[in-house]
Amino acid sequence: MHKLVESKMIVPNIFLLTLEAPAVAREVKPGQFVILRVEEDGERIPLSVADWDRVKGTITIVLMNVGYTTDKLASLKAGASIPTVVGPLGNPTEIDKFGTVLCLGGCYGMGSLFPIVRGLKEKGNRVVAVLEARSSYLFYWEKKFEEISDRVFYITRDGSRGYPGHVGRLPEIIKFSGESVDRMIINGCTFLLKRGSDVSRESGIKTIVSLNPIMIDGTGMCGVCRVTVGSSTKFACVDGPDFDGHQVDWKELLQRRKMYLEEEIVPLRTSRCEEHKKESR
Amino acid sequence: MSEHQTKKLDMNRRGMPKQLPEVRKHNFSEVALGYPLEIAVEEAKRCLQCKKSNCVSKCPVEINIPEFIQAIAEKDFSSGIRILKEKNCLPAVCGRVCPQEEQCEEACVLKKKGGQIAIGRLERFLADWEAEQTKLEMPKILPPTGRKVAVVGGGPAGLTVAGDLIKLGHGVTIFEALHRLGGVLFYGIPEFRLPKVIVSREVEYLKKLGVEIITDYVVGKTRTVDSLLEEYDAMFIGSGAGLPWFMNIPGENLNGIYSANEYLTRMNLMKGFLFPQYHTPIKKHRKVAVIGGGNVAMDCVRTAQRLGAEARIIYRRSRIELPARLEEIENAEEEGIIFDFLTLPIRYLGDENGWVKGIEVIKMELGEPDSSGRRRPIPIKGSETIFPVDAVVCAIGNSPNPLIPASTRGLEIGKNGNIIADEETGKTSRERVWAGGDVVTGAATVILAMGAGRKASRSIHEYLCSPGNW
Ligand SMILES: Cc1cc2nc3c(=O)[nH]c(=O)nc-3n(C[C@H](O)[C@H](O)[C@H](O)COP(=O)(O)OP(=O)(O)OC[C@H]3O[C@@H](n4cnc5c(N)ncnc54)[C@H](O)[C@@H]3O)c2cc1C
Ligand SMILES: Cc1cc2nc3c(=O)[nH]c(=O)nc-3n(C[C@H](O)[C@H](O)[C@H](O)COP(=O)(O)OP(=O)(O)OC[C@H]3O[C@@H](n4cnc5c(N)ncnc54)[C@H](O)[C@@H]3O)c2cc1C
Ligand code: SF4
Ligand code: SF4
Ligand code: FES
Repeated sequence: MHKLVESKMIVPNIFLLTLEAPAVAREVKPGQFVILRVEEDGERIPLSVADWDRVKGTITIVLMNVGYTTDKLASLKAGASIPTVVGPLGNPTEIDKFGTVLCLGGCYGMGSLFPIVRGLKEKGNRVVAVLEARSSYLFYWEKKFEEISDRVFYITRDGSRGYPGHVGRLPEIIKFSGESVDRMIINGCTFLLKRGSDVSRESGIKTIVSLNPIMIDGTGMCGVCRVTVGSSTKFACVDGPDFDGHQVDWKELLQRRKMYLEEEIVPLRTSRCEEHKKESR
Repeated sequence: MSEHQTKKLDMNRRGMPKQLPEVRKHNFSEVALGYPLEIAVEEAKRCLQCKKSNCVSKCPVEINIPEFIQAIAEKDFSSGIRILKEKNCLPAVCGRVCPQEEQCEEACVLKKKGGQIAIGRLERFLADWEAEQTKLEMPKILPPTGRKVAVVGGGPAGLTVAGDLIKLGHGVTIFEALHRLGGVLFYGIPEFRLPKVIVSREVEYLKKLGVEIITDYVVGKTRTVDSLLEEYDAMFIGSGAGLPWFMNIPGENLNGIYSANEYLTRMNLMKGFLFPQYHTPIKKHRKVAVIGGGNVAMDCVRTAQRLGAEARIIYRRSRIELPARLEEIENAEEEGIIFDFLTLPIRYLGDENGWVKGIEVIKMELGEPDSSGRRRPIPIKGSETIFPVDAVVCAIGNSPNPLIPASTRGLEIGKNGNIIADEETGKTSRERVWAGGDVVTGAATVILAMGAGRKASRSIHEYLCSPGNW
């Protein structure tokens, strides 16, 4: 059992959870995730680790409420017990001295991106952070990003903060900033990963995306998380979740993510990402 | 000399009462109902109590078969269960899923005339009898030795090692990646063949004996083997063969194409068949094709049928080469499963939303025997056909998961990703590390995994009594 130490909504529909998980906190590195089960015989869902405290033995998760399990989790109060928190799973994001790295984050991905930015800075990279949301009120952790990154840019769909539009604006931002980007790292919903990769393909910038297919065990046992990268099939939980965004078969991934849509009797608000898709067309 | 050796031979192998096919194909309750007491005693009385008993030598854990059968004949069930448990800590499981027809029963002297003793059913009878007793006999536990053993994986191999070593007074901790123990017994073999209460009961028993159980712990990720060895005197790796194979044919990543592991895990571990009561979703499919011919394939196809689909097996050889247990093949046939023999899938076709809608297959003919001794299937040119399906389960095999090999220094690995371990002792190339079960042999059987666990625990005990003597 893992105690929920703290839970709060930081922006509409996005929650910050702090959990007791000493074994995970001891080993976790940027880019890894946990699998969590909110109740006995409940579904197992993967969630990225957005921060940790090795001394206190806690981990932080940024949770977007999109369906049954995430909703249950979001409704828990501090002090509640969570039966399963297993990890850290997946490979850590590759962190090295690359030069200038553009880190792009949206929805829960702003959270999981943060430790990556921190790691990159520790290695002496120049980091340009680009955060994307529908509207200005959906940003969180801006201060943390501003303190640690060399520059931070914002993009909002409604233009309420920073550049209006979506990640399609990225080339302009790069050009305007005068930065020469050596690598791009994207965390967030699948559409952000895909569109970000489309944009950087043209400029030939190596782009690493953290994929989020459906998962069950997270240890390579079930194969539900398989994705096509280049010409081969990979299991995102053990071979990833980070892959070269220019090699991912996006169409297949988007289709596979919708596998259980019908069953998941998705409440209206789940269609945040779907909305995003429509808007970004 | 026992009374029935002088009697006329009774060749009437007592049948197993089962749920009727028409009924059972719509439910998830156990198919075989178990012998009633009287029948069990009758069956036991048929045993000739051979002096040189072949049956014992063909049991991988060498259960004293005539002796436990004699106890049943004398209605001394508590002695019977004690004799069984001397060699087999999971009799309720083995009595149900052991391939007896190739092991103990194959060697029974009465086999020639088709009257071999139903050893497995009698084993199951005793185990089920014990489960009904309110007072569970607890084994003697030796005084604590102060030594600690880490067991990786809660499948039959790991459970055996844990049970053996705790009785010898060693401290034992099982680390299990999933949230439930039992390995394939829990997440793989379906409820209608092996009720999950049986597995839970065995796990509870180990807990009572004092085994510490840590679930949701992926060795190699949560903590490495190297790091655990700083805290534990010895380690046994029984992590199984959980990595599913696919055929690598076009369209295999379409929605609706599952590995057997995913399909069965959704059903068993996550109780998908109770969706939406339990939350892991499982699709309602109408036409399901299962690729493969082993026990795993039979379990998948019968599961699919129980969920209301028209379910078929697609197998590239013919019926006699089917590697599944005969009993399960017959059960499947009775339940109306369709078998497409000498058929190989070559491509999947999808609809506009990425869902599988069809499968292209080619007919095969059998050529010369291959290295496995079975006749090699050869495609017949021009025999391709397409037929509609809305789900496919790929049950063509598994290999050991690379997580532990990849994260452990100095562990010798074979070409199939299996951990190399000594057959007699279970010792690996890494000091203080033993391994056994499917992770060493590749996908095999419950009883072989338990046998490997038994050998390893003996060797671990020896080592712990005189450490430094690797
Ligand atoms: C490696 C990884 C890291 C992730 N990190 C985060 C994170 O930090 N914060 C966060 O809010 N979300 C994260 N997700 C997504 C999160 O797992 C899903 O939102 C969650 O599983 C939805 O469950 P649900 O029951 O609430 O929704 P459901 O009602 O089950 O489904 C809603 C939609 O979520 C997706 N989904 C459903 N089940 C899964 C599953 N088991 N795995 C992946 N996607 C699924 C499907 O597209 C589905 O249509 C991550 C996913 C992956 C694979
Ligand atoms: C569907 C199906 C039907 C079968 N039917 C039969 C049958 O009728 N008769 C028969 O004899 N055999 C049958 N088998 C085979 C039999 O179940 C296996 O041979 C046996 O379970 C192997 O036991 P094991 O202990 O080696 O591994 P497993 O049972 O695979 O257990 C391994 C355990 O280790 C855990 N694990 C893996 N990696 C890690 C890690 N890194 N850290 C922590 N834990 C880890 C796994 O989660 C699992 O619980 C069947 C198998 C399947 C899949
Ligand atoms: S364990 Fe298996 S092989 Fe041994 S006696 Fe029992 S059923 Fe037969
Ligand atoms: S070989 Fe058959 S008849 Fe003889 S002891 Fe074994 S089970 Fe009994
Ligand atoms: S989640 Fe099961 S193999 Fe990746």
